[in-house]
Amino acid sequence: METQIGCGANQLFKRVGTFLRKCLFRVLSVGEIPNHIAFILDGNRRYARKHNLAVEAGYRAGFVSLLSILKYCSEMGVKHVTIFAFSVDNFKRRPHEVQCVMDLMLEKMEVLLKEENVVKQYGVRICFIGSLKLLSEPIRIAAEKVTKATAKNTRTVIFICMAYSSGNEITHAVQHSCIDKLENHSQARKHAKTHDDVNECVEEHEKEGTTMVKLEDVEKHMCMRVAPDPDIIIRTSGENRLSNFLLWQTDSCVLYAPAALWPEIGLWHLVWAVINFQRYHSYLEKKRKQLILPQEQFFTPTISSDCCKQTLKR
Amino acid sequence: MLSSRVNIAIPNTLLQAKPSPFRYETGFRRPFSPRRLQVRAGSASGVAFKEEEEQRRLSSDGVSVAGDSPEYDIPETLRRELMPKHVAVIMDGNVRWARQRGMPSGAGHEAGVRSLRQLVEVCCRWGIKVLTVFAFSYDNWIRPQVEIEFLMSLFERVIKSEIEIFKREGIRVSVIGDSSKLPESLQKLVHDAEESTKENSKFQLIVAVSYSGKYDVVQACKSIAQKAKEGVIGLEDIDESMIEQELETNCTEYPYPDLLIRTSGELRVSNFLLWQLAYTEFFFVQTLWPDFGIEDFTEALTSFQQRQRRYGGRKS
Repeated sequence: METQIGCGANQLFKRVGTFLRKCLFRVLSVGEIPNHIAFILDGNRRYARKHNLAVEAGYRAGFVSLLSILKYCSEMGVKHVTIFAFSVDNFKRRPHEVQCVMDLMLEKMEVLLKEENVVKQYGVRICFIGSLKLLSEPIRIAAEKVTKATAKNTRTVIFICMAYSSGNEITHAVQHSCIDKLENHSQARKHAKTHDDVNECVEEHEKEGTTMVKLEDVEKHMCMRVAPDPDIIIRTSGENRLSNFLLWQTDSCVLYAPAALWPEIGLWHLVWAVINFQRYHSYLEKKRKQLILPQEQFFTPTISSDCCKQTLKR
Repeated sequence: MLSSRVNIAIPNTLLQAKPSPFRYETGFRRPFSPRRLQVRAGSASGVAFKEEEEQRRLSSDGVSVAGDSPEYDIPETLRRELMPKHVAVIMDGNVRWARQRGMPSGAGHEAGVRSLRQLVEVCCRWGIKVLTVFAFSYDNWIRPQVEIEFLMSLFERVIKSEIEIFKREGIRVSVIGDSSKLPESLQKLVHDAEESTKENSKFQLIVAVSYSGKYDVVQACKSIAQKAKEGVIGLEDIDESMIEQELETNCTEYPYPDLLIRTSGELRVSNFLLWQLAYTEFFFVQTLWPDFGIEDFTEALTSFQQRQRRYGGRKS
């Protein structure tokens, strides 16, 4: 009987909490809601140490926080969320810790696949970004299945960066830009019929820019071109660095580093980050429009490299 | 030296750093120091005090003679062996500083030059090997022509007035960025300054003018594409190390900043050194650039020396 009353009270508190949260988000939406928030999930191991828990428990607590934050973002109307789940540099950690993270990711992906209807109800699409070839086959296969299962959802897009680093991403983009330009160059030479034509043809192509590398060429080969640039990056645990995450995409992004460890992150951190973003938004928007830089050129190319495996459609 | 962005309407400069009412951090951590409230509140008396001190210290040729001043000794709270090798600074807030005092923007930039001079001296004294400053962004070319002309002439004046000191003090000067957009006279001055100081090795000052992090990567990519076209390298050889060698920061032994400081309270990187900032520690401070002094710098270095840098690994 007491248990039933307790459960009933819990349900009531939950509903009241949800209602108040929605009211808060309504107020926030008077200003601009960020289109894309990126998170660096730092502090799971420190959280475990702080509470005398095993490392695995820290990561699990971090996963619970992740679900809450994703829920809040979705309720607030944030269309894109990127999370830095595992860096290429994280492979330097102890094998046991790496295995912990991999096992947890596989476990949660399998749960996602079982709870497909719940995910569909929230309208969440999940994409994986990174050098997936560095991951084990079960994880790669699970990632592909999750991407396919959620491909038709449209409310919120979650990019999970695994085995990712900006260095890798930019290197890949540079390499493929060079491949493209060399191909254009050799096409230019092929089209020429005489020796004199060759130079003229190449010069003409250079004038048109088809053989010279430009900013757009590099950008179109970035893995994260499938999303708009983040409006906010939140890194927990008070560390003030990007750690090779989205370096290319965060040139005019607001950086926010609360001292809380990732499993301790709460609604108020998110709200504060959004309020700070709203303070700067109109200025940054004005500046963005003044610049002749392609800010929102996301389209639907086929991704053919090891960097990103899936084709993403708008 | 120069503000790397246009003015904004958000009045944040007179707000004092104080703990958030929600017990959460309001941004990147800035240690709260009551002394800063007294000296750096932007009050007229505070400004007058600072300007008087500056006048007293500056000699007639515009060079600080505080080289032997005990004020420039390394503070006891800092450890020389933990000094960053390379510090990068986004010198933001000159125009806001001038507006607060009812002065024209140019006065703010001139004041910013004085702050830069002091920082160069302090870095030399404290064992920092490289200082990179974001003087003028590639994105700043959209600013009003009058302001751009003033800034270009300021650059020329500063180079002319400081070059002998750099030569004498063993300071190497390098300028990174798209110099093709600079006036020819400035391009020549820059080239001469770089040539005449290239053998200096005590300290390196890298000035980013008409620079953007994305431009740097694209020009590296162009260079690599050219080498691939000529058959010097194979496409499969393109890796992170090759890109690093082609970036404009290849002019220094320490291309990756250990610490990035941005003044005036803005919490973003603004297209500065994107590739090179992968594991750089950030320090954001409310102080406007012309007011940035030894105390703020000490605070930034203290914060830096307390940080644990793991580079993705685990601190054992």
